[in-house]
Amino acid sequence: MKVAVYRQEHFNAAHRLFNPEWDEATNEKVFGKCSYPNYHGHNYDLVIKVTGIPDKTTGFVMDMKVLSDLIKTSVIAKFDHKNLNLDTEEFKSLNPTAENIAIVIYNILRPQISDDLDVQVRLYETPRNFVDYPANG
Amino acid sequence: MYYLCAMVYLTRQEHFNAAHRLYNPDWDDAKNEAVFGKCANPNWHGHNYDLLVTVKAKPNAETGFVFDVKKLSTIIREYVTEKLDHRNLNEDVDFMRGKMCSTENLAIEIWKQLEPHMPADIHLHCIKLYETPRIYVEYFGE
Repeated sequence: MKVAVYRQEHFNAAHRLFNPEWDEATNEKVFGKCSYPNYHGHNYDLVIKVTGIPDKTTGFVMDMKVLSDLIKTSVIAKFDHKNLNLDTEEFKSLNPTAENIAIVIYNILRPQISDDLDVQVRLYETPRNFVDYPANG
Repeated sequence: MYYLCAMVYLTRQEHFNAAHRLYNPDWDDAKNEAVFGKCANPNWHGHNYDLLVTVKAKPNAETGFVFDVKKLSTIIREYVTEKLDHRNLNEDVDFMRGKMCSTENLAIEIWKQLEPHMPADIHLHCIKLYETPRIYVEYFGE
């Protein structure tokens, strides 16, 4: 019998949406004010969903303190109060859309969580814009 | 009627997303980092700001309104949020130039932008500015 557990964390970061293969005019046409050259920023809320069968001895799907520490050391420390375009290796050549940030976070966390457990990332860029990866997790 | 002399506070909420950094140009990088921590990151960071503008007045006898909230929204957008949204507060905003981009100072400057555009019988009461869901400031024009 599977149960889903969730841990919520947050980070604040600057970014811009920009495709270096396009000129400024095309970037502004496609990405609008999100492409402004001096960056803007968000309070990102991150919800990690872990699904599995509760362990017989502990009753836990996953120790939430372990999950929290993992998110903080692997994700929050990397992105909090950073410029995603300039300060992170992950987005040197990848557009930091909410979609791509969620995929990057999933790829960071997935190898560090037991294969017996399913992982899904929900990332809020604003209270009204959020994405899930994997989509069917 | 009794309610014609009742003072009512009306609030309009708007929001904007912006980058900034906390940095005092009179200090070296080490001192800036000592005082402002990760908020001093030279490559900026950013927030989803929530802005609540409160005005006070007695409701108009004919409309029942303190102020037409659509007009209030238009004033806030024209003079404040359009200048701030998706911008870099340190680099792009005329009314923040030369000022420390703290939430405190931003609230004061937003007040200064809005007050001249308030009708004579409407009093600006409070600028409440959320930098994050857990950090906000209030400025009452004092």
